[in-house]
Amino acid sequence: MLRFVVRRLLLLVPVLVGLSVLLFAWLRALPGDPARALLGDKATPEAIARLNAQYGFDQPLIVQFFTYVGQLAQGNFGASARTGEPVLQTFLDRFPATVELALVALLFAIVVGVPLGYFAAKRAGGVLDLFAVGSSLLGVVIPVFVLAYLLKIVFAIGLPGLEFLAILPSSGRQDVRMFATHITDFYILDGLMTREFDAAWDAFKHLILPGLALGSIPLASITRMTRASVLEVLNEDYIRTANAKGLSQTLITWRHVMKNAMLPVITTIGLLTGQLLSGAVLTESVFAFNGIGSYLFEAISTLDYAVLQGFILFIAIVFALVNLIVDLLYGVFDPRMRVQ
Amino acid sequence: MTQLPQDAAGVTPTERPPALAAAMAGGVETDEGGTSLWTAALKRLVRNPSAIVGAVIVAAFLIVALLAPVLAPYRPSTTEWANQVTPSRLPAFSPQHPLGLDPFGSDLLTQLIYGARQSLIIGVVSTVLGLLGGALLGILAGAFGGWVDTLVMRLVDILLSIPSLLLAVSVAAIVGRRPESLMIAIAAAQVPVFARLLRGSMLKQRGQDYVLAATSLGLRRRSVVMGHVFPNSLGPVIVQATLILATAIIEVAALSYLGMGSPDPTVAEWGRMLVKAQERLESYPHLTILPGLCIAVTALGFTLLGEALREALDPKTRK
Amino acid sequence: MKPLHRKPLAAVAAVALAFGMSACAQSQRPASDSSASTGAAADTFVFAGSSDPVMLDPAMASDGESFRVARQIFEGLVTVKPHSTELEPLLATSWESSADGKTHSFTLRQGVKFQDGTDFNGEAVCKNFERWANWKGLNQNENITYYYGKLFEGYRNPEKGGSKGIYDSCSAPSADKAVVKLNKPFASFVDAMTLPAFSMQSPAAMEKYNADDTKGTESDPRFSEYATAHPTGTGPFTFEKWDRGQQVVLNRNDNYWGDKAKVSKAIVRIISDAKARTQELEAGNIDGYDLVAPADVQALKDKGLQVMNRPAFNILYLGFNQKNPALKDVRVRQAINYAIDKDAVISQSLPEGTKPAIEFMPDTVSGYNPDVTQYKYDPNKAKALLKQAGQENLTLKFAYPTGVSRPYMPSPEDTFVAIKAQLEAVGIKVTPVTAKWSPDYLDMAQGPDGVDKRDIHMLGWTGDYNDPDNFIGVFFGKKSNEWGFDNQALFKALQDARAVPTKDKQAAVYTKISEQIAQYAPGVPIAHPAPSLAFGKGVKGYEPSPVQDEVWNTVSIDR
Repeated sequence: MLRFVVRRLLLLVPVLVGLSVLLFAWLRALPGDPARALLGDKATPEAIARLNAQYGFDQPLIVQFFTYVGQLAQGNFGASARTGEPVLQTFLDRFPATVELALVALLFAIVVGVPLGYFAAKRAGGVLDLFAVGSSLLGVVIPVFVLAYLLKIVFAIGLPGLEFLAILPSSGRQDVRMFATHITDFYILDGLMTREFDAAWDAFKHLILPGLALGSIPLASITRMTRASVLEVLNEDYIRTANAKGLSQTLITWRHVMKNAMLPVITTIGLLTGQLLSGAVLTESVFAFNGIGSYLFEAISTLDYAVLQGFILFIAIVFALVNLIVDLLYGVFDPRMRVQ
Repeated sequence: MTQLPQDAAGVTPTERPPALAAAMAGGVETDEGGTSLWTAALKRLVRNPSAIVGAVIVAAFLIVALLAPVLAPYRPSTTEWANQVTPSRLPAFSPQHPLGLDPFGSDLLTQLIYGARQSLIIGVVSTVLGLLGGALLGILAGAFGGWVDTLVMRLVDILLSIPSLLLAVSVAAIVGRRPESLMIAIAAAQVPVFARLLRGSMLKQRGQDYVLAATSLGLRRRSVVMGHVFPNSLGPVIVQATLILATAIIEVAALSYLGMGSPDPTVAEWGRMLVKAQERLESYPHLTILPGLCIAVTALGFTLLGEALREALDPKTRK
Repeated sequence: MKPLHRKPLAAVAAVALAFGMSACAQSQRPASDSSASTGAAADTFVFAGSSDPVMLDPAMASDGESFRVARQIFEGLVTVKPHSTELEPLLATSWESSADGKTHSFTLRQGVKFQDGTDFNGEAVCKNFERWANWKGLNQNENITYYYGKLFEGYRNPEKGGSKGIYDSCSAPSADKAVVKLNKPFASFVDAMTLPAFSMQSPAAMEKYNADDTKGTESDPRFSEYATAHPTGTGPFTFEKWDRGQQVVLNRNDNYWGDKAKVSKAIVRIISDAKARTQELEAGNIDGYDLVAPADVQALKDKGLQVMNRPAFNILYLGFNQKNPALKDVRVRQAINYAIDKDAVISQSLPEGTKPAIEFMPDTVSGYNPDVTQYKYDPNKAKALLKQAGQENLTLKFAYPTGVSRPYMPSPEDTFVAIKAQLEAVGIKVTPVTAKWSPDYLDMAQGPDGVDKRDIHMLGWTGDYNDPDNFIGVFFGKKSNEWGFDNQALFKALQDARAVPTKDKQAAVYTKISEQIAQYAPGVPIAHPAPSLAFGKGVKGYEPSPVQDEVWNTVSIDR
């Protein structure tokens, strides 16, 4: 178990090295001077000269590369050209918000998607199946920011005649007038820990609409994966045996069908991390939700290269770690993994 | 990018356990005897209602895109009627402009029709570019195996660990702001997906008996790869390409939303129109809804067709 | 792997731990708020800003968001009258400048205390001036102390390559007097003192929290504890906290010498998406925001929300790059001037209340020339001039920025499309070029790399204070990448004007220079767009200011 984790973490090293090579190449391939790109519009000739010296942009490429990797290894990912904040600090400050949002989105997708996929498989080819597949497709073919805006207009701003539907906050993570206490920056958890239950509830309400919008992305994948996976398991011999033995349907469903069908679904969830983060870039900006997505959105809109570079690296690490956790979770569902 | 209309994130058909792939095909079980792969596939296709719906949508889209100059009442991107538009007011619908004007003072119907053409161009070009890039890497890895394979696939893994939206944005930053930068960015984001797919597909073919047979007959490696392995790996690629066309159309909107794309703001492109319309989302919702609908319906068409193709081509659905 | 059945136990333990921690994780919420929100809410003014302040020490700031917060906490010696750029007393009750423009004496308000209890007096004023003049090392970098460095032209002990600057000394002959001596005339010195960068800060607090202790690099400065957590001034609000990326919270200063604030708290909430700011106001989650998009104005009014305009103190212009030989011909430049229908540009793309421009500064600046040569919209004349110049098939690369809303250019895309259509109407072909605002667009419009990428471009400027040099001196004071011309006569005239010691004498000089510029037609002054602000229904007493000198002690909220 421990050896497995260590081995997987070691495997991360070549990925990170490769990624830093790519990012280094990317920074060099950007049009114009890399120092200028990193500094932004405040670049004075002296500042450019100093940065050139710091990163050695005037030295041979290989030397530059090692200087660059050295800076990264020391945790120096530079600072935003736009705000001057250090990139790593910004990422850490904003990460809890995105985790909260992604969890709500995933929770929504699982709670809706797994049963939907299950019943679609049980009635494959039927009306429910068509509905499940169709609605999960709809979530995919509407661009996520359009969906986000539509949700916001109906459930936060209010359409003429339908104002009664507008009961949710339109943006942000919490009503600023609450003056809630923040300890971990996971607002719901903070609210529970400090017993400011109204603050926790408010934070949760702020998560609903962005969670729904963002959740539409994994919802489609999870529904279809569950459907396919359940279909496969239903055709297995052991299910036929269980049925023949006259085991109760509940037992068959939970012990045999779901437990086996969930394996590929869990892998899917791990692989969805990247998409969730992409989606968060668009969703968070629509809902003015202060996570890494909205920050990335601004970094993209202003081409803040230092932030882009740092965040891409961090996101790749998060992606790898999430998939490691998913693989560990496998053990819970797959006894074969546990034996090892 | 934002969403992949194929199945679960990057889980391409070839990576699935065979039984699973069969299950995904939806339990369509038919008995077709010894007909050829393609005829059989076609037969299954026309019997699938969602394939018909998809094909109709795609056909309609192609007709509108190709015949845009005939169908559209005006030339695209003319801001002739700009004097009728103010920041907060647009003129009402009229016989001259059945869908009214856009915020720049162009005819909305014309822009929507030419938007189909633009989507088609961006979709096809970026998919073809992505496919070529992916094919290059995939063939390299799949054909040679060994350390070449390892190296290429590590690179692909790294690229896949970057969310595709960020990958596209990074590429767009290098390309700069040009009319063609969207296509290049979207294509770049598809390269690792195609590479992974092609390589997996080819590895599977390499293990097949007919390859063994060809090799033992003394055929040269190159001719085995080009003559047998590559053509037989093509099925999933075609499916993927259809699905990626749908993704590309949606991705354009996302990239436009992030401020990439053509330097001409009046360009007839759905994603661009959608983004511009956000400013007037409440006062003039039709500006958002119409291009949004165009994107959704077109993407739906390609997705349905692609899914149906996948089912039809999957050997596991044949008994 | 541990046996499965342990898992639920572990989860229970984790939850128990979380609740156990709640014993030590005390709520820090003010007691009054925890009960109900309605009473407290009416007492809090929430304004949405578009990004974080860089930091909170105004002397080191140069961005609008930092100044927005600083204006609530700090006050300068002088300020501007509401809705205008005319001077008004603040911490100084009166002032006097010598005829040579070098000595400026201030009589100070008595009985004012900084928020930490330190007395405000002549000594405190001089400590502030001395602090600025004596900045060393990193603090001399223009990224960090832009305004002092620029207006005072250097520091007492300049780093290599810098100059010594025009500040000479400051003395406090009595507690209510401060005299600042310069070694060169600076006619607009007192006007410059309205800038928040020259706010008076508590010498005791600056010392206690090491205000000048800036670490890091000029691209990545780490500001002092003072600048990030303990800004201390004399203003109507005190600093409570700053949650990066989210909000800055201010409390009413109950010991304020002037009109005490009507709300007990003021919050600047950071919402970067413009559309989200609009929707937050509609949903009632914020009380106000600025730089309202022109497209939103009518919709907001229809919903019963308030929209106000700041009096314009800016200029939106179309710049010509004379690197292009066609634009070297004055007839072509004049032709483009005639081709542009400013009223149409305004009605199609700029906020209501925007005035067309006839020169490169607004009419509230001293030295504005109302009788300057004008190019009235005349497309036929434009075509004739182009024909004369032999440029009937002129193609121009026209640059505009994306993803940005500036006070003088709220929706650049729309303005670009409007102007492009007018240029095409007189037969000029337009190739659009664009870039993100920062750094790429600024680079394209003003940097050395941009000179071949564009022929004409849209840009503008918002004045900092009432000084013509702050407008046309900035644009045309020397040869630049932006304009690409080398008009020595104009450069010299602007240089000489700067050295004129008093404002009255300067005005006449600048009137002439404005005419000189109009004849030369280096670009097209298009408009003075009035930036819009929007507020919730119950917000009262907000005073829009042309230079954004908006202090919120006058604001009250009826809910």
